[in-house]
Amino acid sequence: MMEYQAVIGLEVHAELLTDTKIFCNCTTKFGGEPNTHVCPVCLGLPGALPVLNKKVVEYAIKAGLALNCEIAEYSKMDRKNYFYPDLPKAYQISQYDLPLCSKGYIEIESDGKTKKIGITRIHIEEDAGKLIHENVEGTLVDYNRGGIPLIEIVSEPDMSTPEEAYNYLVKLKSILEYTEVSDCKMQEGSLRVDTNISVMPVGSTKFGTKVELKNLNSFKAVQKSLEYEINRQIKALKEGENIIQETRRWNEVKGITEPMRSKEEAHDYRYFPEPDLVPIIVSKEWKEKIKNELPEMPYHKKERFIKMYGIPEYDAEIITSSKRMASFFEECTKEYSSYKSISNWIMGEMSRLMNETGQEIEDVIIKPEQMVKLLKLIDEGTITGTIAKTVFEEMYKSGMDPDKIVEEKGLRQVNDEEELRKIAQKIIADNPKSVEDYKNGKEKAIGYLVGQMMKATKGKANPQMTTQLLKEELSK
Amino acid sequence: MELYKYKIHELNGLLRKKEISSQEIVKSYLNRIKDIEPSIDAFITILEDEALENAKKADEKIKNGQIKDLTGIPVVIKDNISTEGIRTTCASKMLENYIPPYNATVVERLLEDGAIILGKSNMDEFAMGSSTETSAFKTTKNPWDLTKVPGGSSGGSAACVAADETAFSLGSDTGGSIRQPASLCGIVGMKPTYGLVSRYGLIAFASSLDQIGPFTKDVTDCAIVLNSIAGHDTKDSTSVNSKPSDYTEFLKNDIKGMKIGIADEFFKEGLNEGVKNEVLNAINLFKQLGAEIIDISLPYVDYALSAYYIIASAEASSNLARYDGIRYGHIAEKYEDLIDMYMVTRSEGFGKEVKRRIMLGTYALSSGYYDAYYKKALKVRTLIKNDYDKAFEKCDLIVGPTSPTTAFSIGEKVDDPLAMYLADIYTVPVNIAGLPGISLPCGMVDGLPVGLQIVGKHFDEGKLLNAAYVFEKAKNFNAKPALGGVI
Amino acid sequence: MAITKKETEHVAKLARLKFSDEELDEFSVQLDKIIQYVDKLNEIVTENIEPTAHIVPIHNVLREDEVKPSMDREKILMNAPYKENGCFKVPKVIE
Repeated sequence: MMEYQAVIGLEVHAELLTDTKIFCNCTTKFGGEPNTHVCPVCLGLPGALPVLNKKVVEYAIKAGLALNCEIAEYSKMDRKNYFYPDLPKAYQISQYDLPLCSKGYIEIESDGKTKKIGITRIHIEEDAGKLIHENVEGTLVDYNRGGIPLIEIVSEPDMSTPEEAYNYLVKLKSILEYTEVSDCKMQEGSLRVDTNISVMPVGSTKFGTKVELKNLNSFKAVQKSLEYEINRQIKALKEGENIIQETRRWNEVKGITEPMRSKEEAHDYRYFPEPDLVPIIVSKEWKEKIKNELPEMPYHKKERFIKMYGIPEYDAEIITSSKRMASFFEECTKEYSSYKSISNWIMGEMSRLMNETGQEIEDVIIKPEQMVKLLKLIDEGTITGTIAKTVFEEMYKSGMDPDKIVEEKGLRQVNDEEELRKIAQKIIADNPKSVEDYKNGKEKAIGYLVGQMMKATKGKANPQMTTQLLKEELSK
Repeated sequence: MELYKYKIHELNGLLRKKEISSQEIVKSYLNRIKDIEPSIDAFITILEDEALENAKKADEKIKNGQIKDLTGIPVVIKDNISTEGIRTTCASKMLENYIPPYNATVVERLLEDGAIILGKSNMDEFAMGSSTETSAFKTTKNPWDLTKVPGGSSGGSAACVAADETAFSLGSDTGGSIRQPASLCGIVGMKPTYGLVSRYGLIAFASSLDQIGPFTKDVTDCAIVLNSIAGHDTKDSTSVNSKPSDYTEFLKNDIKGMKIGIADEFFKEGLNEGVKNEVLNAINLFKQLGAEIIDISLPYVDYALSAYYIIASAEASSNLARYDGIRYGHIAEKYEDLIDMYMVTRSEGFGKEVKRRIMLGTYALSSGYYDAYYKKALKVRTLIKNDYDKAFEKCDLIVGPTSPTTAFSIGEKVDDPLAMYLADIYTVPVNIAGLPGISLPCGMVDGLPVGLQIVGKHFDEGKLLNAAYVFEKAKNFNAKPALGGVI
Repeated sequence: MAITKKETEHVAKLARLKFSDEELDEFSVQLDKIIQYVDKLNEIVTENIEPTAHIVPIHNVLREDEVKPSMDREKILMNAPYKENGCFKVPKVIE
């Protein structure tokens, strides 16, 4: 039976966080009424000419350096010609044969080992406008997005599994966030992913026919679509069919890839050097300046966190994968030195709530000082660990200070021995079977009684005292 | 003498002395236009009321002592240069009703310097042509002989200056479109160095070759207009910061010792005998004026026309792809689907010559042909540029005929594209190399003017104007067009 | 024959131009002539010659990342034949 292996390449487009568009001074701010962020240049009016935004070049170089690329000393812009209503000049100004960055890589975890995924190139280009299909008898066009600066990051076809593709994307996003050149939010469209996938017999050197997948709206969708497509291709090959080179659309609802509806003729983009823009020369000095402005990258931050804060590698990897999360952690360490506790809460409760609400770290409204306050309240014994989870959930929702929540909801830990003893006695009286089990040697039965006391005190009973008092009363 | 016959610097002098008003000047031109425009057909749009309004405002300014070199002087703008709120058609059905919401930079500068827009002039459609016959609206006649073409593509701009319908005009030059009409119409026309004058607002034909330049009645006027329009523009990434403060300072009386290069390549077969003689006379005149005549060679210049048509058409095919009727311009009324809408709109909106060049350009860039055509043409461009660099080590300026013939008849070449293309054979190499070039009248053959082309080094407009000024004075060409009998 | 009628048809499609059969014939012949003329360039050896894409020897023309007001939407839509809700309107596009 022939075994197959997959060959996967990813093409990622990221919107750059500049204030203005790539070739004109229109704002890049999201939202805004249709066609209110437009000028003769980005509308492509006859006679209008492009002028390149310096920051776009700098951000692209920054991204390239962070991704271990070589920066081209000499680079130029080219025209990519094709007709579509969202492309006002009927050509996109992009880069063809001399991109700004090339020959980079990212390291990912694969099967417990580190694997290098090559980055073929990174180039700058302009985004197209948006088509609105709601209207039944026609399509509407809004050019606000036209001219927004993008970097296109093309990977080598070095990935072999959908999981590796997923890990690549997570790593790439993390690094780009660190450089602050893009906020990489797939759901908002500031990060777009297309993938190329082919299969070939294991050990073969001849690549199979490539299929391109589009309409991928999350990293998970990338992984799932690749899983489906790999199986589809292997099945087809095993049945003696040929794989057609085509673009397929991922149908999230059905969980399948399907051929794109319009039968597109292969595009002949007729690339040629953009005559309205002059070449870009990146001097050593300019490159060094940008390199020095690079913030600490995730890998270095992770190593430093392990060293400085003594947290385990697993925790450090997750916390530093997001710049915001790492900075949240580090802020907490300024006022609180039980570092493992901080990381436990971030990786535990905070991550759980983020998952449930589908939020990113940017959306979390809890401030580091508030996190620290909560941890101190636990240490002081003001609240129990269990109650703390309730308080945290409220903090997450409302952004209120933990001590205010404790007061308002009356969640203080009950440390009064007399009060607790009275409750313990009542619990014992109400649960004769558990008492008998315990007295008969079932140590674990006390757990049930502790649980009942927690229930009775709404979780506020001091856990250590509870256990101790129960034991005392039971021995009477 | 009627005001419409005067030159810019003469009118300016009279305005400063308060002997005349701008309104009088404009009225004079408007009357002139009423008289002869039906015979010439140089205009696509005439701005009668607006011009008079603006002349009134100019007179106010002059009264308050605010007068610049162009204050109150009427100008005609070629209809491929964007004028805010004023229809700009490129002489094409595609843009018949297009109204730009902004001014080209050169228009802003002229307005700032007080010039008054009299109207927009006729041209070959999208600047593609050498006779103004491909205009979708009308054919402009040569004022010297109404059965002849005024040249192209800036035929309207040239004709209206030659016929005294305006004091000066602006044209655009991609392969000779200012110099050749200037030659055929017996006036001064200049294409500046590529990058000297902003292209922002010029509706693009071939981006790496296009330049805007003036048509004037003499060299002094040319320097004055250049002062206004030249100079760096932040909106045009290909515009260069290289402009001396005042081009009129170069209008000196002396060219002794100047080295003038003559290239055999511009005197080969195809050059009309009569034109050749006038040009050789002109070269002799330069010798008499103290210049040194030097033999130079430009061996690759024979290939300039081929390289030009590939480069210009390729860039044009891309520049004209935006015309699909969605945001502006002509849109088809009947079509089956989106792709068909594009096809019908573009096929209805563009004329034959424009379609020919779009096809040629698309072919030259298409998969499998890019290296053989477009890339090859760019390499030939390097060879031509090198030829000029080498030649300019030996001389300061290069002189020769602007056009191989005088004005040809309307309809004579319009059905033979290749024959039409050959009209640009002496002007095209100058665009390929990005050099400045001027054409000024140097004689007559059978009642039609002959143009002399002077070409200079990059950004050496000063020397160019100097030589042209001295020649003009010495030659004293003062023939006036017949205008079909209407004087 | 430098260019066939079929190739002419293909180029027309790329350029989004539509021709009748007679027009296609006429264009095909004219284009053929022109291409044969420009084929002259093949006489020249250009092995080691660099192409010149820009005749002006300048580079790094860059501008600052400063927001400036966009153009009034009214002006932006002014020349559009069909518009709705502040947008340009096209026949239905099938994605």
